[in-house]
Amino acid sequence: MAEKKSTRQAYGEYLVKLGEKNQNLVVLDADLSGATKTNIFKNACPERHFNVGIAEANLMGMAAGLATAGKVPFASTFAIFGAGRAYEIIRNSICYPKLNVKIALTHSGISVGEDGGSHQSIEDIALMRVIPNMTVLSPADAIETEKMMDVAMAIDGPVYIRLGRSDVPVLFDEDYQFEVGKAGLLKSGDDVTLIATGLMVGPALEAAELLKADGISARVLNMGSIKPIDTNAITEAAINTGAIVTAEEHSIIGGLGSAVAEVLCDGVPVPLERVGVKDLFGQSGKVAPLMEKYGLTANDIVTAAKKAIARK
Amino acid sequence: MAFLEETVRGIRKDIVKMIGKAASGHPGGSLSSAEILTLLYFEQMNVDEKNPRKEDRDRFVLSKGHAAPVLYATLAAKGFFPKAELENLRQLGSMLQGHPDMNKVPGVDMSTGSLGQGISVAAGMALAGKMDNKSHKIYALLGDGELQEGLVWEAAMAASHYQLNNLIAFVDNNNLQIDGAICEVMSPFPIDAKFEAFGWNVITVEDGHDFDELRTAVEAAKKSEDKPTVIICKTVKGKCVSFMENNAGWHGKGPNAEEVKQALAELEA
Repeated sequence: MAEKKSTRQAYGEYLVKLGEKNQNLVVLDADLSGATKTNIFKNACPERHFNVGIAEANLMGMAAGLATAGKVPFASTFAIFGAGRAYEIIRNSICYPKLNVKIALTHSGISVGEDGGSHQSIEDIALMRVIPNMTVLSPADAIETEKMMDVAMAIDGPVYIRLGRSDVPVLFDEDYQFEVGKAGLLKSGDDVTLIATGLMVGPALEAAELLKADGISARVLNMGSIKPIDTNAITEAAINTGAIVTAEEHSIIGGLGSAVAEVLCDGVPVPLERVGVKDLFGQSGKVAPLMEKYGLTANDIVTAAKKAIARK
Repeated sequence: MAFLEETVRGIRKDIVKMIGKAASGHPGGSLSSAEILTLLYFEQMNVDEKNPRKEDRDRFVLSKGHAAPVLYATLAAKGFFPKAELENLRQLGSMLQGHPDMNKVPGVDMSTGSLGQGISVAAGMALAGKMDNKSHKIYALLGDGELQEGLVWEAAMAASHYQLNNLIAFVDNNNLQIDGAICEVMSPFPIDAKFEAFGWNVITVEDGHDFDELRTAVEAAKKSEDKPTVIICKTVKGKCVSFMENNAGWHGKGPNAEEVKQALAELEA
């Protein structure tokens, strides 16, 4: 059994290391530092952690102000409040002036679990992806979270990092390399390509094994960089495998599926099936039954793959 | 004193001319805050037009970003960029966007335009100054209608909590917003008691067009020991142009050629 760890936990822990290397790094939270795990940084470095209270709009505005003075703010809250409630402050005060703010939002997707639909963000990728100047990163595990944070520090501009609440298997080791705008090839295959992001990367790998048992050779791509997206890898997959399935813990409208569809439309249109939340709000429940209920399992990816292949 | 009066007269003329040329823009709230910006840029603020991003400069955030013309006219008068540029206000490809863009205009410290956001950003700037033990000040200018934005009060709470005495905000209290009188649309009054309740040092300037009164207020604000300061300035919307004064209709429209001529004649007189 692989080690399991949430991406929010990895975020909180790695902030401490990043903060040691970069004295300009500051962390802002909106009364959720226990849940977002920025309290780990707060304990290590209290003078560079600011809890602005339950005020997400001001969280983003103050982060922008700190960035104008050369600080590198990491602003954290739940995805629904950061990308949702504070959307227009992110757009106008961070992205429009291209300020160096890292927006690391936790509790994305339905894997929030028991808190229910009001707290389960299924639209944050769409909201962040559509803003000019924004980079959108969605890590699959704890290691990729750390690598993405390194990359985010090196970017002089706004970056959104999409983090989750639930524990997920650690898929990568310390040698893993992440590059913005590059997909990771996790498995070679010729009949269909499974493109997954975030906690759907695990189920995609599982689906590839299930398909193999049925004699279907599936390629698996980890699309951690949603914007910019790896146009070459998608086009190559379209040419070489002729069918594509996307898998994300997000609405099928506006997220990874839409981003891949945009690339296919511009280049090599092939059958595409999108696994994701089907234009519905989430609800309370344990994570595993929720994922099943909303069609986000390895079996759902297998079904979608067979459908895509049949449409060739 | 005569210098400030002459300077603000020139700034007002430039505001009228550039909005007339653009045939769109916000004259009312630009004319009402002209003395505030003139005093700041020509007397109070440590800024260098030759080095607009000088590290330890004082910062100014135009939270009421639609008053961009008064900021542009002031920066041009100060020498941040040639006055001829003012003719390009709101034109395709111009650095002088309808609302200020910090990456296009030398001297603009923050891009603004969406109300309520500038004061929040200014609070972040002030917090950074505190962290680094800097002595520079962060100035912000809010509209009175802008106080209807909830973010203003989130920022006000935080500025007080972090004891940002290096933050000095002005409220351009001209009593009018696009849809009419602020007290009829959605009254922000009492403005002073609200800021006091949020823990701010509050100063009221009875005549926001009087340089002496404004100066006294700013000097007092700079001495605030542990609180941010708000200077509530009672002003006249459209000040110094008779047909624009106290008229909400001139919040956001450009004067025609005849009206520009009349306004300039009044400003020359």
